[in-house]
Amino acid sequence: MTDLASIRLTVNGQVREGRCETRKLLVDFLREDLGLTGTHVGCEHGVCGACTVMVNREAARSCLMLAVQANGLDLLTIEGLMKDGRLHPLQEAFHEHHGLQCGFCTPGMLLTALDLLQANPRPTEAEIRQGLSAVLCRCTGYQGIVKAVEAAAASLRSTR
Amino acid sequence: MKPARFVYHAPATIEEAVGLLTRYGGEAKLLAGGQSLMPLMNFRLARPAALIDLNAIASLAYIREDDGQIRFGAMTRQRAIEFSPVVRRRLPLLAEATTLVGHLPIRTRGTIGGSIAHADPSAEYPAILAALDGVVVARGPRGERMLRAAELFRGYLATSLAPDEMLVEVRFPAMPDGAGYAFEEFNRRSGDFAIVGIAAMLVAEGQRCTAARVVTAGVGPAPARLRRAEEILEREGFSDAAIDAAARRAATLVEPDTDIHASAAYRRNLTRVLTGRALRRAAARLGGR
Repeated sequence: MTDLASIRLTVNGQVREGRCETRKLLVDFLREDLGLTGTHVGCEHGVCGACTVMVNREAARSCLMLAVQANGLDLLTIEGLMKDGRLHPLQEAFHEHHGLQCGFCTPGMLLTALDLLQANPRPTEAEIRQGLSAVLCRCTGYQGIVKAVEAAAASLRSTR
Repeated sequence: MKPARFVYHAPATIEEAVGLLTRYGGEAKLLAGGQSLMPLMNFRLARPAALIDLNAIASLAYIREDDGQIRFGAMTRQRAIEFSPVVRRRLPLLAEATTLVGHLPIRTRGTIGGSIAHADPSAEYPAILAALDGVVVARGPRGERMLRAAELFRGYLATSLAPDEMLVEVRFPAMPDGAGYAFEEFNRRSGDFAIVGIAAMLVAEGQRCTAARVVTAGVGPAPARLRRAEEILEREGFSDAAIDAAARRAATLVEPDTDIHASAAYRRNLTRVLTGRALRRAAARLGGR
């Protein structure tokens, strides 16, 4: 048994490969080995939500997964949210409704909101607040974020 | 903070996993959803010599209903339980409690077996195991055995599972048709561990209460059934007066600790308040209302 593992996974639609220690966290693999620094490292124990990415189309904390566990899986990070040079409706709405200030929590906030809306396309404000309690924001007070997710939900419904 | 060095294994079968557990003799940890173990390893509060990752054992994730029993593979994710029609129909108390387990991105990874085997006394699933008379199936080199909540939980983060045994399945009898139920918990932030949680279930025949369940989370080293409080309801029914009496009795039956989150007296008071709320909501739901 070696301490090194070869990893081959899909990130934002591209097949990526790397080799790292088995104890390396997924978030560090994304940032250091794949150069995808949009995913932020916050608390490193699954409380702040800044490192949230989509793993097989579900939101997950990338500080609570080992890189080796992502072998063969399909990931979406913040770098993959834009399509054809256009912001995702969630990104548009965060811009429009002041859903961020410093931006540190924003990648985790957006990918958590993405899972929230895919599971529940018509959430109430209370459901949005409960879903987003998964990610800590110390700047905005959440008002703009909640408005942004409400707006994005409406926009995503109309384009469906 | 990053995990200390360990040897990583990702067995493809339960037999292989049990073989590895036996080989490491207590020095290995099983990795299920990782939502509790990984934080402990990132802080180096846990430094296992080896990690046995169960995520490659596809046969450990299922929800099956047969013969009045609902069986969950240990690696069934909480998010799958949250959306399962079988769970909503047969185990609505489990469905309700699941929405309170951590946050959305915790439940996508977290598993029923991992949560129960981790035995955090403030977690929801251990309390549900006790409230719904569930059993866990443990597999070891000498075969399988079944344990009820009272036999499994041995205190804070401690179970009676042997070092070479792994939890492979969780079974619940379907809740009786028309049973009333509720899970109430109090915490500072939605999704955090409960300072106190109460699982309640009521079964009725006409105005008579034929069975009551009141189980705590977060007020002692393991989930506790408050039998003396349940008896008040089974004797007196579910009038407001009976529910108030059961709630007051519940507060006298617990032995909470003081910690950074709350004092013992505060937890005792919460036990009374939440027991009352849970029983009132459960009573209002009787008969599928």
